[in-house]
Amino acid sequence: MSQDVIYLDNSAATRLDERVLEAMRPYLFDTYAVATSQFGYTPGIEARDALDAARATIAGKLGATLEELVFTSGSTESSNMALKGVALALAEKKGRHIITTRIEDFPVLYSARALEKQGFRVTYLEVDEHGLVDLDKLRDAIISETILVSIQAANQEIGTLQDLAAIGQVCRDSGVLFHTDATHSFPRVPLDVREVPVDLVTVTAHLIHGPKGVGGLYVRKGTPLIKWMDGGFQEANRRAGTENISSAVGYAKAVELVTQEETERLREMRDRLIKRLLHIPHSRLNGHPTLRLPHNANVSFRFVEGESILLHLDMLGFAVSTGSACFSRSLEASHVMMGIGGNHERAHGSVRFTFGRFNKAGDVDAVADAIAEVIEKLRAISPLGKE
Amino acid sequence: MPIAYSEIVMEHFKHPRNVGEIEDHDGKAIEGSPACGDMVAVYLKVDPESHRIADIKFESYGCASNIATGSIITEMAKGKTIEEAREISWKQASEALGGLPPIKTHCSVLAVDGLRAAIQNYEERHGLIKEWVPTTIEVVRKRLKRVMNPLTGLDVIRTKLVSENDIELQDGIVRVVVDLPSNHQFATNIREEIVEKIEPLWDVDKVEVEFTE
Repeated sequence: MSQDVIYLDNSAATRLDERVLEAMRPYLFDTYAVATSQFGYTPGIEARDALDAARATIAGKLGATLEELVFTSGSTESSNMALKGVALALAEKKGRHIITTRIEDFPVLYSARALEKQGFRVTYLEVDEHGLVDLDKLRDAIISETILVSIQAANQEIGTLQDLAAIGQVCRDSGVLFHTDATHSFPRVPLDVREVPVDLVTVTAHLIHGPKGVGGLYVRKGTPLIKWMDGGFQEANRRAGTENISSAVGYAKAVELVTQEETERLREMRDRLIKRLLHIPHSRLNGHPTLRLPHNANVSFRFVEGESILLHLDMLGFAVSTGSACFSRSLEASHVMMGIGGNHERAHGSVRFTFGRFNKAGDVDAVADAIAEVIEKLRAISPLGKE
Repeated sequence: MPIAYSEIVMEHFKHPRNVGEIEDHDGKAIEGSPACGDMVAVYLKVDPESHRIADIKFESYGCASNIATGSIITEMAKGKTIEEAREISWKQASEALGGLPPIKTHCSVLAVDGLRAAIQNYEERHGLIKEWVPTTIEVVRKRLKRVMNPLTGLDVIRTKLVSENDIELQDGIVRVVVDLPSNHQFATNIREEIVEKIEPLWDVDKVEVEFTE
């Protein structure tokens, strides 16, 4: 990517941190052996130790034990594993009902839809205008056949943070397993499984300046889960496949590098950007005003379309994302924007800005100026919103 | 630049021609709606003697292909008679733009429809419509040729998603059966577009769209 592009799509992918690459390097060129048991050859034992150390770092950040973290190829696999693994384990024993929300990210949403085709029943909870789940609606949805509740920690588009502790308590009280997709929040928004009653947590590396293709699934001890990636006996026989040691090490380094101080810096940038964007007439914040990801701003501009905004910003050297139907591969407006009671029009003109480590303070004013210019230009040719 | 749009599309997107509103227009049409996505408005000023388009302007609430098509068809239509302008096809507009991605057909067809609808509006307002033709299966088929399957960029008639026997017409109710599963990626899209195209026919009260599975 050209150096002068101001990249504000850090909830899609992030630039790798050099320190992560340095941490990974020895496991690509030197200790590249497969992790072996303690009775194996020395390079294999070194590889095993590195994998365990990486596991300890990430599990530690979650408040979990070593045995409770399974490395995967990323959050899509983790969420598939959680939903399908629990469904297969409990279908005969307990039931075939799963609860999730209308605004989940695709891995959870489409795992649920795939299970529906296998005869499972899925309740997709409505959310309020900010994207929050109503605890009473959750309680009402739980029946004796319910085996799993899957509710995200933070929304991928509008950044709304759910009250995981309260949701987890409802599930615990009803004896139902609780999975959360923390892809977009962990570890910027802390999650400690000793305090939050959650049984399965999806996490990933590529949104915190770690490598793509590595993630994890926290599995609370004793949680029934069928192994569905068959092959060898890796990951305590829960997920087959040669361990991706360099990436696991990189992931652990990426987790270590996320600091409270940095998160505060992103939060300040977010707040200033939101403030500036809401000065543009006919603009509206999407998502919760305070309970939101520290690095996410999402604003809808009326009378203009998102793909046009995105293309103009691209020409001016900015990378952002939109919930407009025109931009999506399915031509469907964002299910999140529709789910928070929006209409096509609000989705049409929605723009997501997500900050990361490599954004500078000056990026906020630069993109705010650019977007004001683009919105004005597009409104000048729009048949809508004229006096 | 690795962008799906041609250079001509990007040029028209960046600098759209003939943008704006003609206040004392002779014909006007708005196609699409904010509720379903893109929207385009077309305004005409027509010479009453020659029926030539003296001025044409458009406005767009849409994506780049919508804006670019609006821009190019206004350029193509200016100076033509209304009969000639009506014949400007989406294909010609698309070719003039150096091609459009198939998935963007819908957004650009909207602009071509806008021009035709504005011409029709002009004719209606100036008593140029010869007679009110009753809707037949053939009329419906002709309109459905403007409904695209976004996956292929080809219309539902040509791709046989709707064949002759799939259209029923009775007492102002048009029933169309589309040979797609109802959970197809574009089912909602196609349904909306069919309704959009058929409903404005003067003697149609209701449009029912069904899917085969």
